[in-house]
Amino acid sequence: MSISPLLAAGGEATFPLLTTMVLVPAIGALVIALMPAARTEVIRQVGVIFAAISGAISIYVLSQFETSDAGFQFVSQRSWIADLGISWHVGIDGISLFLVVLTGLLFPFVLVAITPEHDEKAYTAWILLLMSGCMGVFVALDLFMFFVFFEIVLVPMYMLIGGWGHGRRVYAATKFFLYTMLGSALMLVALLALVFISARDGLPVTFDLLELAERQNLSVETGRWLFAAFAIAFGIKVPIFPLHTWLPDAHTEAPTAGSVILAGVMLKLGTYGLIRYGLFLFPEASVWFAPAMVTLGVIGIIYGAVVATMQTDLKRLVAYSSVAHLGFIVLGTFALTSTGIQGGVLQMVNHGISTGGLFLLVGMLYERRHTREIAKLRGIQKPAPIMAGVFTVVMLSSIGLPGLNGFVGEFMILIGSFPTRRWWTVVATVGVILAALYLLWAYQRVFHGEPDEENARTPDLTAGEMLVMAPVLAAIVFMGVYPKPVLERIEPAVDRLVAHVEEFTDFESPEVAVVPDAPVGEEHGEEGEE
Amino acid sequence: MSAVLAQTSFTAPEIDWWGVSPQIVLLSGALTILLLNALLPVKPPAWVTTGLSIVTSIVTIVFAAILWYDVRDPNEGPASIIAGALGVDGFSVFFMVLLPLIAIVGSLLIHDFAAREGIQAPELHALLLSAALGGIVMAQANDLIVLFLGLETLSLALYVAAAMYLRKSEAQEAAVKYFVLGAFSSAFFLYGVALIYGATGSTNLVEIRDFLAGNVLGENALLLIGIGLLVVGLGFKVAAVPFHMWAPDVYQGAATPVSGVMAAMAKAAGFAAIIRVLDESLGIFSDDWTPLIWALAALSLVLGSTLAVVQSDVKRMLAYSSIAHAGYVLVAVESASDDGVTAALFYVFTYSFLVLGSFGAVAAISGRGDRATTLDDLRGLSRRRPVLAMAFTVVLLAQAGVPFTSGFIGKFLAIRAAAESGSWILAILAMVMAVVATYFYLRIVVAMWLTDPDDDAAPIDVPIANAVALAGCVGVTVVVGIVPQFLIEFARDAVPVLVSAPAL
Repeated sequence: MSISPLLAAGGEATFPLLTTMVLVPAIGALVIALMPAARTEVIRQVGVIFAAISGAISIYVLSQFETSDAGFQFVSQRSWIADLGISWHVGIDGISLFLVVLTGLLFPFVLVAITPEHDEKAYTAWILLLMSGCMGVFVALDLFMFFVFFEIVLVPMYMLIGGWGHGRRVYAATKFFLYTMLGSALMLVALLALVFISARDGLPVTFDLLELAERQNLSVETGRWLFAAFAIAFGIKVPIFPLHTWLPDAHTEAPTAGSVILAGVMLKLGTYGLIRYGLFLFPEASVWFAPAMVTLGVIGIIYGAVVATMQTDLKRLVAYSSVAHLGFIVLGTFALTSTGIQGGVLQMVNHGISTGGLFLLVGMLYERRHTREIAKLRGIQKPAPIMAGVFTVVMLSSIGLPGLNGFVGEFMILIGSFPTRRWWTVVATVGVILAALYLLWAYQRVFHGEPDEENARTPDLTAGEMLVMAPVLAAIVFMGVYPKPVLERIEPAVDRLVAHVEEFTDFESPEVAVVPDAPVGEEHGEEGEE
Repeated sequence: MSAVLAQTSFTAPEIDWWGVSPQIVLLSGALTILLLNALLPVKPPAWVTTGLSIVTSIVTIVFAAILWYDVRDPNEGPASIIAGALGVDGFSVFFMVLLPLIAIVGSLLIHDFAAREGIQAPELHALLLSAALGGIVMAQANDLIVLFLGLETLSLALYVAAAMYLRKSEAQEAAVKYFVLGAFSSAFFLYGVALIYGATGSTNLVEIRDFLAGNVLGENALLLIGIGLLVVGLGFKVAAVPFHMWAPDVYQGAATPVSGVMAAMAKAAGFAAIIRVLDESLGIFSDDWTPLIWALAALSLVLGSTLAVVQSDVKRMLAYSSIAHAGYVLVAVESASDDGVTAALFYVFTYSFLVLGSFGAVAAISGRGDRATTLDDLRGLSRRRPVLAMAFTVVLLAQAGVPFTSGFIGKFLAIRAAAESGSWILAILAMVMAVVATYFYLRIVVAMWLTDPDDDAAPIDVPIANAVALAGCVGVTVVVGIVPQFLIEFARDAVPVLVSAPAL
């Protein structure tokens, strides 16, 4: 089974690896739906197996990935709805690779690590469907296919929040569904408009991403309108200020698994969409909208941080910290430099790990204390030192402490955006400080001090929970100390994307030299600066 | 007509029996059912009637399939038969397949409903077949008078079907309302036919088209008013705003399976007529009628979706949602293109099964007496009847336009047609209203999945025929949602073609 990295394969006799990766969890969901609900143990194992098969394929893809190839690999294409020029077209490049791997690892991990409070059968089936949906979004190279996967993830997530959430779960789930759907509604119209307007001068109607990205035959004004519609859809998903109001509700009321998946993977559907369907499809409009997008990103950074500081609910605090972190990703993306975008892609993965980890810890704390009110928690460090230690590391990674993963991404974003957006970058840097402020302050209130009687009885992490947190910590440290293997795979694809933007606009991306004298691959050097 | 009267001897037109074979089968089936039940000394058991009804529909579809091959055969092609009164083309065959399919699902639902309520229902099955017959005539009509005949056959069958459930007073009210407003709309339609005849000198769709193509009308007010009145008449049938007033009351009042059939069949046949008349015969005047359709589409979308949100009765909610769905089909029709017709046909086909599935689920839930149809009656359904809840959820989410269901592809095609013809505002409006509509589909989903059942809730029984019908609807919804190519092809090849009658 040798996989040749082909750009325009089609009809290759190779095994459709990515398609299998996308479909296996959905098949698993179907299998589980047909199993008797009483046998929870078996259901769980079956669920983990199906998710793990998909995850294993993602790891295999990672291992076989051609590092220096900027194009799409593992491409396979089949006609789907021939009448409309729609095909099942999948492929992977450096930008989507690690998001796929993150998805492939996070879902089996979530299934193993978190036991739902009730109704394990439906819960497992929904999570598997969600996995298929997320995988589909990241590997799709056809606009129709992308859209259907982008939309379908709403249903399982809605069910997870609504069925297994806390407090005002129905309200949060409905808000989440409607908000996202409103964005998608505009996107669908824009998508169709793009397809039809670009199919002129005898060009065939196609939904193929690569084909459409190469055409670039829209008028400037049309391109901007369409970009705006796409950006609103992705902006809601990310979420970018001021479209973020669904996020705190959804995150807070969601069950732990929902929050972890939401933060880990689903928010990235938006940032990934901005890169793949924003920059790639609409280079001119992206350059034109860049100041606005960067401004919104920076507002998100500051706003998210300030609001997070004010929160009394620990989970809500983490949710708002997401708004701030994703602001960084938007800043990096629309800085339109290779370093900035690479930082953005890396930060997507980092945020998945660190915020996912924080949600896991908050979930564990909630299971013990049945409250997330910061005011009611105090001095947890005494009875639960290991938990406090783990929390510290994950929190520091979220703050962006050098040596941990969060630093690399944020640093690259700031370096990458400084040459094109100097003052925005300066303001964004303040956000880094604010992140330290709200997280450390929260940590201090929850873990320090003298515990009262109730808090003193908080049990520490169990062996199982330590096992759960171990891979999170490992990933945090590894990617903080040695991000090179990740970056060298992201870089070629991002360089190509920036070249694509330059090709179709007047925009010239400045050279960003992180280490001035580095002979080759200057972006790789920054971990040496620590 | 006057030409015929002036002749001293009447030449009977040659009749192509193949072309009307589906109608003959349906009519024979309906008559057999009625006669068997009237003449046999012992009433046959209910399943015999149901079986007969289903077999009749299946045979109809077989004949339709044969006709399809004739139409697709390059040597034969579409034809006009019986002195230009009826057309045999892909379009009419499309409805010769769809309407009997609706009748099959309807028969299955009615079978269990009648058993539960203890009513004798052979007439209902016969009415169902007659309604399908009327609908097929509408889809086949090449003449406005013939179209009117079909319209009345369909409508009368449905009026009576709505009234059949005597035990419930709302059903009576619904039937009277439906009848009076329906008759009213028929009058509009007829007046429209008269005006168009006045303007063009013919009621034949082919001749109208040829006349309009060959002559420039100095004064076209008559024609435009005629078109307007036709749209009013047909707008009533498909329940487009502002001609929708009857729909919520009637859907709520009538027996639940009958509501489903009514929604599916009247809408399908109504749109068949709209497409055949507007797109084909009056296509040259599309600049004049598209604004009208635009307004109907926009109003239907907005009012249907928003009013559905505030309902607490599921049947009423589905009625408003069906108004909104009429809006989507109108969005497709508004584009006045072949792609628009394809989209409209696809939408009508898939929506029929969505609405039958929804009413089928409600029919099972509503319990003896057909009264438990409020949102509260659905509480915790997933706990009580998980498979039923799942089936209902699939058809609801499909109506909301969730991917991998037929509803999504239908919306996608409709928006595509609108985008292609540059109706951006309508396209955006349609999508935004889809979000509003999603809210009330989610309300039903919430009631089923996210609330606890009442302790004293009556047990829900899903009899076998109902289950088969639901499974069929869900199957169509999901299969078409994942691999829509075959149905798109069918709808594409079913774009109507008007062929003039061979000279006598």
